[in-house]
Amino acid sequence: MNENLNNWEAVIGLEIHVQLSTKSKLFSGASTNFGALPNTQACNIDLAMPGVLPVLNEEVLKMAIKLGTALSSDINSPTSFARKNYFYPDSPKGYQISQMDKPIVEGGYLDIETESGTKRIGVTRAHLEEDAGKSLHDDFEGQSGIDLNRAGTPLLEIVSEPEINTPAEAVAYLKSIHSIIRYLDISDGNMAEGSMRCDANVSVRKKGDLELGTRTETKNVNSFRFVEKAIQYEIERQVHEIESGNTITQETRLYDSQNNTTRPMRSKEYANDYRYFPEPDLLPITLEKDFIESVINGMPEMPNEKKERFVSKFSLSNYDADLLAADKDIANYFEEVVKISDSPKLSTNWIMGELSALLNNENLNIRDSKVSSDKLGQLVLRIEDGTISGKIAKDIFEKMWISGKEVDEIIKDEGLEQVTDDKQIEAMIDEVIKSNPEQLEQYRSGKDRLFGFFVGQVMQASQGKANPKQVNDILKSKLEK
Amino acid sequence: MALSDKELKEITYLARINVKEESFSSLKKELEQILTLFEELNEADTSSVEAMSHPLDLSQPTRKDEVTEENQRDELLKNAPSVKSGLFIVPKVIDGEA
Repeated sequence: MNENLNNWEAVIGLEIHVQLSTKSKLFSGASTNFGALPNTQACNIDLAMPGVLPVLNEEVLKMAIKLGTALSSDINSPTSFARKNYFYPDSPKGYQISQMDKPIVEGGYLDIETESGTKRIGVTRAHLEEDAGKSLHDDFEGQSGIDLNRAGTPLLEIVSEPEINTPAEAVAYLKSIHSIIRYLDISDGNMAEGSMRCDANVSVRKKGDLELGTRTETKNVNSFRFVEKAIQYEIERQVHEIESGNTITQETRLYDSQNNTTRPMRSKEYANDYRYFPEPDLLPITLEKDFIESVINGMPEMPNEKKERFVSKFSLSNYDADLLAADKDIANYFEEVVKISDSPKLSTNWIMGELSALLNNENLNIRDSKVSSDKLGQLVLRIEDGTISGKIAKDIFEKMWISGKEVDEIIKDEGLEQVTDDKQIEAMIDEVIKSNPEQLEQYRSGKDRLFGFFVGQVMQASQGKANPKQVNDILKSKLEK
Repeated sequence: MALSDKELKEITYLARINVKEESFSSLKKELEQILTLFEELNEADTSSVEAMSHPLDLSQPTRKDEVTEENQRDELLKNAPSVKSGLFIVPKVIDGEA
């Protein structure tokens, strides 16, 4: 495929299913814990035994209100549930309780950072619905095994407007939603375990065209990287089809991450017809103003607010503030470090540089960091107040990581204080100049480059402990003599 | 309102009801009668009436987010015609793979 993609524009809309982190299910008191033995967390209601009735979990309303507020959406009251009818073994009722006409969250938007600046992506709606169980197809002699532990787990499906135009924008939008749900603590957002799942609606059209092309829906995309790759593949496939004189079929496709392709799902004899109708087992839900306000008042600072505060309070760049604020745990760690170091920029560099590297290396979350925020704060403080050089700080940091010791303890035990006494530095410089007469002569006859050589020699003589700025200043004056 | 054989087949498929060909004509007649009644309803002017999703003018009560149901697997699996390793065993249905 080597069509000229530049002539084409993609139109992308995302449907994101977020599993809400409630203790119990949407309509029953069974547990939602991940990884339990099959069918040990599925009760009469989840199994759709005759005569059972759903009872709504209040917590999901609070979670949806929080998300809607974070997306500047309207909260519908009354909001109501609807039946989506289809038959599948992992859905015992023969229908899914979802929302249709009055979703709890409607409208709103999300601002994402793109290469060409901030872009606003509209949110159509977010509605509550129940998850299905799981079908297992291996080891049952041509039959399927059904585990209904997941059946009835609450989901919030967030639907974007088709206002995303590139795979990179889709990932930025998805990451932003991920960041928000983690901040709000309404889902763990774990894509690998399926707590956050993404379907992508993709169509293409010639640049400048107003009419939308036929879209396909790609399912089964379970990582940020795969979302980008699946959409890229689908755009290229559609352009190739159209430029080869074919048409696009409106269909559902599955992403195959091993081969980086999408392929059509088996087309059914009849098109899906879910025959939605209002759920007769549940009354519409009126959300009192006081209830909504108390939920909103309990909301934490959101990523974009935190980012703006980091920029104004700590004079950080947009880029740094964005990186720090995207993850609540990193943002908290950063603020704890700054409280002690009083140096936002240097603290940022250490968190994003040395600390991130070691965390990644050992696959650790920042909450499990072997160097606590207090200890890193002390280390940055010692660099800032001149006790140690940045170079020695890196060695000390690694020792702190391994031993768990405090920075001051390591400095004292190993005699690593920075040499800042002019006299001591002068003595070292004199010694270096004396033992390198040849280089001195060359330098004085115009070979400026040798300045670096002298700096290196002095730093070596001090075992890296001499204050580099003082070495530079004193050396310059001595060499010029 | 007239119903085609194709539409009737589609309805029986969606409802997963196995209807024999010889019953088609009588079933079609009954369904057409029902649809005619709905057509009558459609003639009523409802433009000034707000859509109602439930006849009771009440708000749905909610429950606290607490786990109240313990593991009842052994009891519940007894209802199933076939079980294995704690799973319900059903005819194989795979939606998705081409």
